[in-house]
Amino acid sequence: MTSTETSGPAEGRHPMTGNALSGDARGGMERHSYDVVVVGAGGAGLRAAIAAHDAGARTAIVCKSLLGKAHTVMAEGGIAAAMGNRWPEDNWEVHFRDTMRGGKMLNNWRMAQLHAQEAPERVQELEDWGALFDRTDDGLISQRDFGGHKYARLAHVGDRTGLEMIRTLQQRAVALGIDVFMECTVTDVFKDPSAGAGPGVVAGAFAYWRESGRFIVFDAPSVILATGGIGKSFKVTSNSWEYTGDGHALAMRAGASLINMEFVQFHPTGMVWPPSVKGLLVTESVRGDGGILKNSEGERFMFDYIPEFFKAETADTVEEADAWYDDKKNNRRPPELLPRDEVARAINSEIKAGRGTPHGGIYLDIASRRTPEFIRKRLPSMYHQFKELADVDITAEAMEIGPTCHYVMGGVEVDADTQESAVTGLYAVGECSGGMHGSNRLGGNSLGDLLVFGKRAGEHASSYAASLGGTRPQVDEAHVKAAQKSALAPFEVEGGENPYTIQSDLQQSMNDLVGIIRTRTELEESLAEIEAFKVRASTMVVEGHRQYNPGWHLALDLRNMLIVSECIAKAALAREESRGGHTRDDFPGPDAEWGTKNLVVNLNAEGTGVDLHEKALPEMPDELKGYFA
Amino acid sequence: MSYTLKLRIWRGDKEGGEVKDFPVEVSEGEVVLDAIHRVQATQAGDLAVRWNCKAGKCGSCSAEVNGRPRLMCMCRLSDFEEDETITVTPMRAFPVIRDLVTDVLFNYEKAKELPSAQLGPRDADGKRRMAQIDVERGQEFRKCIECFLCQDVCHVVRDHEDNKEAFAGPRFFLRYAELDMHPLDTHDRRELAQGAAGLGMCNITKCCTEVCPEGIKITDNAIIPMKERVVDRKYDPLVWLGNKIGLRNKDDAGRTEV
Repeated sequence: MTSTETSGPAEGRHPMTGNALSGDARGGMERHSYDVVVVGAGGAGLRAAIAAHDAGARTAIVCKSLLGKAHTVMAEGGIAAAMGNRWPEDNWEVHFRDTMRGGKMLNNWRMAQLHAQEAPERVQELEDWGALFDRTDDGLISQRDFGGHKYARLAHVGDRTGLEMIRTLQQRAVALGIDVFMECTVTDVFKDPSAGAGPGVVAGAFAYWRESGRFIVFDAPSVILATGGIGKSFKVTSNSWEYTGDGHALAMRAGASLINMEFVQFHPTGMVWPPSVKGLLVTESVRGDGGILKNSEGERFMFDYIPEFFKAETADTVEEADAWYDDKKNNRRPPELLPRDEVARAINSEIKAGRGTPHGGIYLDIASRRTPEFIRKRLPSMYHQFKELADVDITAEAMEIGPTCHYVMGGVEVDADTQESAVTGLYAVGECSGGMHGSNRLGGNSLGDLLVFGKRAGEHASSYAASLGGTRPQVDEAHVKAAQKSALAPFEVEGGENPYTIQSDLQQSMNDLVGIIRTRTELEESLAEIEAFKVRASTMVVEGHRQYNPGWHLALDLRNMLIVSECIAKAALAREESRGGHTRDDFPGPDAEWGTKNLVVNLNAEGTGVDLHEKALPEMPDELKGYFA
Repeated sequence: MSYTLKLRIWRGDKEGGEVKDFPVEVSEGEVVLDAIHRVQATQAGDLAVRWNCKAGKCGSCSAEVNGRPRLMCMCRLSDFEEDETITVTPMRAFPVIRDLVTDVLFNYEKAKELPSAQLGPRDADGKRRMAQIDVERGQEFRKCIECFLCQDVCHVVRDHEDNKEAFAGPRFFLRYAELDMHPLDTHDRRELAQGAAGLGMCNITKCCTEVCPEGIKITDNAIIPMKERVVDRKYDPLVWLGNKIGLRNKDDAGRTEV
């Protein structure tokens, strides 16, 4: 541990993490001081930490899992960046337009612009650091087709691009010597109410080692939240246990706002069988590389679901759709490559109409369209995943797939250029920030988002910390005591419920009532159920002690899941239209008026629930409006 | 289609522990990790286990199933008879923290000792060019999900704790080989691989290759070629002479020793 001024590594600690192995030091507390603390070690967190370090900040990465295990490893398709390696016609303007249209114009235009402009250099940078992307015949980084992108634009490595990205960033962070606190969960962001002009500025963070249960106080003027999404609140999800909305909840408790929480992306293609892998992601690359969707009657049904908004650019015959893969100039895109919200709704309708597969999905067929060699080369992970987990050979038969909760467009409301939230010193980046993707994210834009805004957040967090000089915000000891008491509360209860049961009931409830198709009555019911879950959670009990106790960890994460679920249900109830990742059965079309505003949620004054208000979208400058004429 | 699985799980911490019975209801299509999760949710809320993606992509849920190093998420119950007892124990080569969770710090420390990629300048247009065929060799190794099963099974450290200091293990020989085969990397790490990382201690029993869930041919494609390169450098009389008189052989063309 090279980091701290206030404490060094004691005997019996990990040399790298400073982690105390003994769980009996109950009440003991470590203290570390940094300029920038990054919460989360996926693509966004790692990129932010690298940028902060490069800008001269003493930087720490704090992550819930081991380094290199974050959900970025699950990203399969690629990084969207208008590098023009396959299609020289491609440029940031086309990418910007695709992103805005994919988000049904609800995106923060400035974020979409910055992303489109800066993504190519962020990808090149990964290559400088050792990433080995697939190549074009000219030896350049190869780019593949994906839904909603006009040109083949996704830099990729087979179908394991996320693994390549996280490993490259991880190896870079290790080479730079950035301190990493692995298996360490942040439960509070501290503020100094007396510093700054407003209601206080960030002073640090509170965390516990999962391994020992020991607490840590970080003194740091900049905290970057890069905690990913909220998918674990839904039963059928592609997300792992980590995605409990921690950053969303931490930001709200610190006084920041969330926007766009009603927009949850259900990825069209998740596995549906066997039950233990239900929801597991099947990459969009299957369709980008030629795969098509069929119902139980063998019909290629996506031609029946082309919305007015995308009619002009979508093929309406099989011949044109199939010709597009090789000749993009004279043909329009296949409807299978419409944005994810459109495809997920179509699949849902087909299943509801009784044209589903034996296991309640739809067929995704690439076997009859491409050679086994091509499939194994382009989609090795998918081949492996189906072979190992479902006994299905995707080079010989169709896959059964259905929608799965994949991504939340909503997140912390931030300044587009700096990623700073309403709270001075608090930044959010990646999936836990909001605005960039509007009401629906295009595939490939997430990995680009992580890199582009990770770098920006790291740099700005670092320069803010430097600007403070010697006068830093102070962590209040009373806040530390309160955070500790709150974290230990689940051990104090007797006779309460087990957190696993509450979590499982919440997941079922969100899936049933706030899922892909929503209505007023169900959303109201969901809010009532969430209130009941909150009551149950207030008396939940955990067994055992503080050393590596998943029951305790879940009990703390569950608080975040509950508040974030409430945000989603409340915003979904308020938005009386259908747009992107939010579909209301009782308001089936988009509404022009709703298209001009965001829904903003905050923690209420009592800290027990959420308040919601409308806010006008930032207005796009005229020179950018021209792209949508 | 469900039945009661005779599941046994090692429970304990660094002070000691024992294998305990956890009979648990399982159903068709499930994997060992599903059974472990059900035990956690219904019988032992504090059962410690690492996992993330549950899809064989993150390498978190490594353990030993009936003595074999496996990813629990890719270990299907249908590969066992219904009346067969399945015993899950933590990886043996690493110190136990609690239950199935081990201290894998060794691997993260070894990672720090390895000089990472160092490429030369980009081409004039700001891009880099490499042929697909040349990146494929490194790509095979970069499939590694860092589950550390190869490290767990490697007998150089599995039964000889004291070798750990001088031996980086198969996962990192893979990394040395990857960098050595990178078309644009400028460093020569052969001396390091042989010296600091202890490549010479590997006597190619191929146990690592056997347990790799990604099917990476660790021994054949990484370790053996790497050993050959090291040997070329050390013992080839022509190379020795070339080095003596200042001629560079093609093996380290453009690379600087680190």
